[in-house]
Amino acid sequence: MGIKWNEIFVGGDPLLVGSQIAIVLTVVAIVVGLTYFKKWGWLWREWLTTVDHKKIGIMYILSGVLMFFRGGMDGLLMKAQTARPEMNFLDAQHYNEIFTTHGVIMILFMAMPFLIGLMNVVVPLQIGARDVAFPQLNALSFWLFFSGAMLFNISFVVGGSPDAGWTSYFPLAGKEFSPGIGNNYYAIALQIAGLGTLMTGINFIVTILKMRAPGMTLMKMPMFTWTTFITSIIIVAAFPIFTVALALMTFDRLYGTHFFTLSSGGSDMLWANLFWLWGHPEVYIVILPAFGIFSEVIATFSRKTLFGYTSMVVSIVGIAFLSMIVWVHHFYTMDAGPAVNSFFSITTMLIAVPTGVKIFNWLFTMRKGRIQFTTAMLWALAFVPNFVIGGVTGVMLAMAAADFQYHNTLFLVAHFHYVLIPGVVFAVFAGLYYWWPKMFGFMLNEKLGKYHFWLFTIGFNVTFMPMFFLGLKGAVRRAYTYSAESGFAPLFLVSAIGSIILAIGFAVFCYNIYWSFRYAKRNVFHDPWDARTLEWMTASPVQFYNFAVVPEVKQLDAFWHMKKRGETLTLKESDIKKIHMPSNSGLPFYMAVVFGITGFFLVFEAHIAAAVAAIGIVVGLIIRSFDYNDGYYVSVDEIKETERTWRNVEGGTENHVG
Amino acid sequence: MKRLFALVIAGLLPLLGGCEMVVFQPQGPAARSITELINWSIWWMLLVVVVVFALFAYIVWKYRDRPERQGEEPPEEHGSTVLEIVWTVIPILIVIALTIPTMRTLYDLEKPPKGYEDQKPLVIHVTSADWKWIFSYPEQNIETVNYVNIPAGRLVLFKMTSASTMQSFWVPALAGQKYTMNKMETELYVVADRPGSYEGRNTNFNGRGYAHMQFEVLAQTSKEFDKWVQEVKQKAPNLTKEQYEELLLPTHLGRLTFIGTHLQWVNHADPHSKTYTNPELYRGHGYQGKIFIREDNYKSSSTCNDDEQKALESDSGGEHHGH
Repeated sequence: MGIKWNEIFVGGDPLLVGSQIAIVLTVVAIVVGLTYFKKWGWLWREWLTTVDHKKIGIMYILSGVLMFFRGGMDGLLMKAQTARPEMNFLDAQHYNEIFTTHGVIMILFMAMPFLIGLMNVVVPLQIGARDVAFPQLNALSFWLFFSGAMLFNISFVVGGSPDAGWTSYFPLAGKEFSPGIGNNYYAIALQIAGLGTLMTGINFIVTILKMRAPGMTLMKMPMFTWTTFITSIIIVAAFPIFTVALALMTFDRLYGTHFFTLSSGGSDMLWANLFWLWGHPEVYIVILPAFGIFSEVIATFSRKTLFGYTSMVVSIVGIAFLSMIVWVHHFYTMDAGPAVNSFFSITTMLIAVPTGVKIFNWLFTMRKGRIQFTTAMLWALAFVPNFVIGGVTGVMLAMAAADFQYHNTLFLVAHFHYVLIPGVVFAVFAGLYYWWPKMFGFMLNEKLGKYHFWLFTIGFNVTFMPMFFLGLKGAVRRAYTYSAESGFAPLFLVSAIGSIILAIGFAVFCYNIYWSFRYAKRNVFHDPWDARTLEWMTASPVQFYNFAVVPEVKQLDAFWHMKKRGETLTLKESDIKKIHMPSNSGLPFYMAVVFGITGFFLVFEAHIAAAVAAIGIVVGLIIRSFDYNDGYYVSVDEIKETERTWRNVEGGTENHVG
Repeated sequence: MKRLFALVIAGLLPLLGGCEMVVFQPQGPAARSITELINWSIWWMLLVVVVVFALFAYIVWKYRDRPERQGEEPPEEHGSTVLEIVWTVIPILIVIALTIPTMRTLYDLEKPPKGYEDQKPLVIHVTSADWKWIFSYPEQNIETVNYVNIPAGRLVLFKMTSASTMQSFWVPALAGQKYTMNKMETELYVVADRPGSYEGRNTNFNGRGYAHMQFEVLAQTSKEFDKWVQEVKQKAPNLTKEQYEELLLPTHLGRLTFIGTHLQWVNHADPHSKTYTNPELYRGHGYQGKIFIREDNYKSSSTCNDDEQKALESDSGGEHHGH
């Protein structure tokens, strides 16, 4: 098949050998554990073949936690290497691989699955639907994402990691300067994962447009649903660009075409443009759902409806539109001329306007409210000042002429971490603490949550604040070391110390999950936060069909007003009808496996083997097209039985917040 | 509390290295105009930060839940058109206040700085390669590697290109950065106010040798500069084509000086110039893929005999493609 099997494992470095041993041991432990506890059948029936949006969401979130760990380790290694000048902890090549995988993993395999996971769990519930529009496609989305993520993750021990940065700029990322197969992983693994994301976008557009509960007009949708809707539109608009760019990259690297090469008339600038035409909207793909989460959390814990709902919606649409016409601000220094740079400076700065509107709307949602400092709310509160720092430095970077002095420095790195960590990671944490009882039927420990919060936010600021100043002193990104004479050493050290605090914060979060699984009180009230939207109307954890009877929506914050009217507990038996549900399917999992194998062979440039494996993909498509399984019905008796179990315990546990 | 605050400040100051931030210490008109723009933006941004932080702190403190507010029902409030217009219009005004000087600076940076419009610029060609900077003085017929001497107070025009990857030419004390790209030319006007040594570097990641891809800009008095030129003419070796091709291999080099420039054989900014890539020299650890050799590569020309060509191909481990 042309693969030199004896050469595919990367060896030498004790860090890498240690990782290889750890990976093998973990896999063995999982296999032995599943066999010993006889859990293979359970795993297959309940998880691998599920099409339930809630379970798929949970699998996305679990992947996000794992990838956060991996990306975080990369970050810690980088911080250790730069803690002192001229350190020899990592060599240049190793450092280059680590910042590349850190970037790719944090954006595509941490932020994306966390947010798509929350979207999966919450959005169908918020709109009173029983599932997404295409449940099996949804499972395929997840499994393709997972397949791509795993393929990308093995790169560092199998064949070598990509090492051209998460932006993978050409010509560096081409065969002329990177003959190793590392960057093939980038081209192939992101393609597979990207297909999954594109399908998610389509799925959620249709779900939100077609499956809302009766009475829920667009302008009565909860804000998280709105942001998910707009995000899905951006995904569908932007991801095909990345698909094409990656395909061209694959042709360049595997088959010797020259779209982006130095030789034979290729253009490296074309890659930069295509990459950021996707890459900038991608930033808003992760930030908009996060804005939605903050909107839900802030409204709930201020005990007020969202201030300026309409202007919030208009802002999201405005941000989505502007996000498509700002990509050149990533390379003002490419010298496209002052007219082009002026245009993109203006569009970029204009993004601050709708974002500012949102910040003030959130502040005024809290005004006159009764602000409860739950862990979820603490994340939302910390978001505001931290994100404002990210925002104002973003405006400074947007000014093209000034950018000539910030570009590619640590000032830029500090800026985007100040946007992405408060904007996305804080939102994910807020969302997890907030919706955890809905997903699992028990709460995350609030006390541990507060330790997690303080360690993480303090660690974050100590890590990234010094980087603004380092950038202004002339320190550049992606450099694996610096000289002692540069004067960068003290700030780098502070930053490294901050990263340890940050890591401890994350460890507390993982411990919190463990602790709460073991010890947290079960049978938590279905509406523990006294919240406002429909997902809190049904059981915690949610029964597989979501709602016994689809609720009727009369206004925004539908559930809140139902509680006001005392309508929530009434469930007339005569209203219960049999429910149509989709059947499980092993096909999405099968597709992930064959896509993964095909991708693996493509990465190693074994074209014939890849073609053979690709037959498996076609077989999967054929099987799917002859799949006449239309799902099944849940009987009225089963619904009654299920509803009785949770409605009866009501009042047994008290409301969590008063 | 106050003492604590003072302690924190006192502890932070040395960390900032006595505030020696090169971006705020411009040594030439181009960098100075950017610093002025940055300072202007910082005042506006500070205003935004102060207003939002103050409002945030006030609201969170004043409307926090307290035991005596238990059961209190916050009012139904859906928005306020007036307020929403206010916080839409004010940011737009701030954007306008930032846009005007940004555009003015952008257009100014394209031209020689004020007061130097009438000078005939000293043209220096900059060629970035992995992982070094090559400076060619066509007028003086000199080529230097990893350092560039310029006369202070004189207009210098850098014509920049790359022999390899996309890189970025940055001398923060003198001017903002610009990319160097193969088969493209970018231009940068630079004036150093006074003699001095300024650090320059590549900021655009380009592989293993990136971190050390630095160079020195030495601004001299015009007398010193002329003397340096004369010295080079007397002492430096002539640049040969073979030597130049060796320079382009992926290596770290110290400072080098030559008589003659590579522009006599190749200008990498020319869209039809040969490609100088050596993929076989970039093999790192890990699994290696197939390499494709192109006709427009400098090694594929007639000067390269068939034996060498074959050796190269067997070296690359791939099949022969693209001829």
